[in-house]
Amino acid sequence: MNHWLIVPIALPALLAPFIVLAMRHDLLLQRVFSLAGTIALLAVAIALTAQAATGPAQLYELGNWQAPFGIVLVLDRLSALMVLLTSLLAVVVAIYAVTSEWDTRGRHFHALFQFQLMGINGAFLTGDVFNLFVFFEVLLIASYGLMLHGGGAARMKAGVQYVVVNLAGSTLFLIAVGTIYGVTGTLNMADLAVKVPLVPAGDQAILRVGGLLLLVVFAVKAALVPIHFWLPGTYANAPAPVAALFAVMTKVGAYSILRFFTLVFGEDAGDSAWLAADWLLPAALVTLIVGSVGVLGAKELARLVCFSVVASMGTLLTAIALFTPAATVAALFYLIHSTFATAALFLLADQISERRGGAGGRLITAPRFAQTGLLAAMFFLAAIAMAGMPPMTGFLGKLMILDSARDANSMATIWTIILVTSLISIVGFARAGSVVFWKSASLPEPKQVASARPALPIAAAGMMLAAMIGLALFASPVTAYLETAAAELYSPNGYIQTVLGPKAVAEQY
Amino acid sequence: MELLVASGVGVMTATGVYLLLRARTFPVIIGLALLSYAVNIFLFATGRLTTNLPPVISSTATAYTDPLPQALVLTAIVISFGMTAVIVVLALRAYLEAGTDEVDVGSVDTAEGERPGGSGGSGAGGDQA
Repeated sequence: MNHWLIVPIALPALLAPFIVLAMRHDLLLQRVFSLAGTIALLAVAIALTAQAATGPAQLYELGNWQAPFGIVLVLDRLSALMVLLTSLLAVVVAIYAVTSEWDTRGRHFHALFQFQLMGINGAFLTGDVFNLFVFFEVLLIASYGLMLHGGGAARMKAGVQYVVVNLAGSTLFLIAVGTIYGVTGTLNMADLAVKVPLVPAGDQAILRVGGLLLLVVFAVKAALVPIHFWLPGTYANAPAPVAALFAVMTKVGAYSILRFFTLVFGEDAGDSAWLAADWLLPAALVTLIVGSVGVLGAKELARLVCFSVVASMGTLLTAIALFTPAATVAALFYLIHSTFATAALFLLADQISERRGGAGGRLITAPRFAQTGLLAAMFFLAAIAMAGMPPMTGFLGKLMILDSARDANSMATIWTIILVTSLISIVGFARAGSVVFWKSASLPEPKQVASARPALPIAAAGMMLAAMIGLALFASPVTAYLETAAAELYSPNGYIQTVLGPKAVAEQY
Repeated sequence: MELLVASGVGVMTATGVYLLLRARTFPVIIGLALLSYAVNIFLFATGRLTTNLPPVISSTATAYTDPLPQALVLTAIVISFGMTAVIVVLALRAYLEAGTDEVDVGSVDTAEGERPGGSGGSGAGGDQA
């Protein structure tokens, strides 16, 4: 067994209590260990991705218990990619939190941050549905703490809503898991893939209810209409580094939908094949519309970014809902891009709001602030990336999605909605940018321009922009990797054989 | 027994959802607690309802009860208990800082404007959507 598989979970899991217990009074030590931990995590994630890129899926049996009975971790190309994405984001967020001194506004930022990483990595690696629930809870509990970091009345109120919505979501998750267990007798995802086609016709309805309830749960995480309403309030009120980290949390929902509904309810699932597709596509398209209208209507910079997150989740889930290998490649490419773009926008919005004094993030004209030119240029780059304009990766991603939707029945609808909402987003971002940067420039010079603030936090946002440019430059090898990852998803026999041994698939056919 | 368990789960879920929709923190917390009780009993039932059977297979046992749902319920109880504790503390903090116990999605935008119901008045906000 390759013990490196558990390191992305074990490392933050051990580091977090160590930070709480041994160095809770020493912020400098916390920062050093937290940064070192995330960098080590990134190194491990790169090594794991390199391994996954060359070989078949790898299995890690916790406690050496065999697959349908024990809990397993599975590393295939998709989960390796997600872990890599998370750890890359984590390094940038950690740097931002330290340099912008967000971590001094409350206690235990770094410990909660590590717990959050543990939950996210665990959710990506696990091969068991109930274990997925547990890791969801781990990442949620940590996110409650992070979201409330720094306190304040507005944040508290938004926090209560966030916790209530997610507790209701967890309840639904348990009901779905129980329903599926009741008819299949297993919770291991690979074993479920084998058992689901064998479910008798009389139990099919119950199975489908369970599957669709699970879709609702993942849709809550992925902020799909009509259960997206918690996202703008939560993310807009969360501390900026936390909101940037949450960029990958919506992706946990998207990843779970992709993993579960290709593996368990994929082509071989008999009567329940492609269970999610009929529901997901319309919901995703409506999400896209709601998100981009929100971008146009937002009165505050952070809320504008939140709605652009909703819109990007709509685009991503539209591509996932097509459930074809080509569309999934496009979806995964867009997923990487939108994580970077979201994080960059949240960090920039925070830097801009900090500098505008009393005006904060509100979209009103305010006196000029320090480093306007640099921030304006970076906001421009991030905004065109998010809206999907060339030359940034958002354009490539949307182009791939449009191309992959060409053969779909609903091609006309998908193309119209994606293109029109892109235009609406561009208008929304342009309006925000011109109010914040141009109109303020035409105001009379204030008596004293606010003194320049440290540039290091801006560098963290710049790293996200650089990552996007890197993604655009290396689009071809990345796409080749994603094509193999998507091919793995749509022929799940390799995954099932890895988990259950070669016999399981032979029995089925 | 099936009818008793099923109606128990159903009534608790219905009550829980009703309380959740009241949009005031105290009923919402009670509602979430009821929902988690309903879920725990439901999880028990997924292993099929049996009485007086061992949870292990042995050479002498003729039948057994499924031990896995019991393990799942144990995990679920621990998590939901922790979560309830978190939200109780959080609701108290939010009440003390904001002066109202409403769980209102739109309130973030109107934070600076005084609400017509005043702070924490229990009967004032009864007819809001």
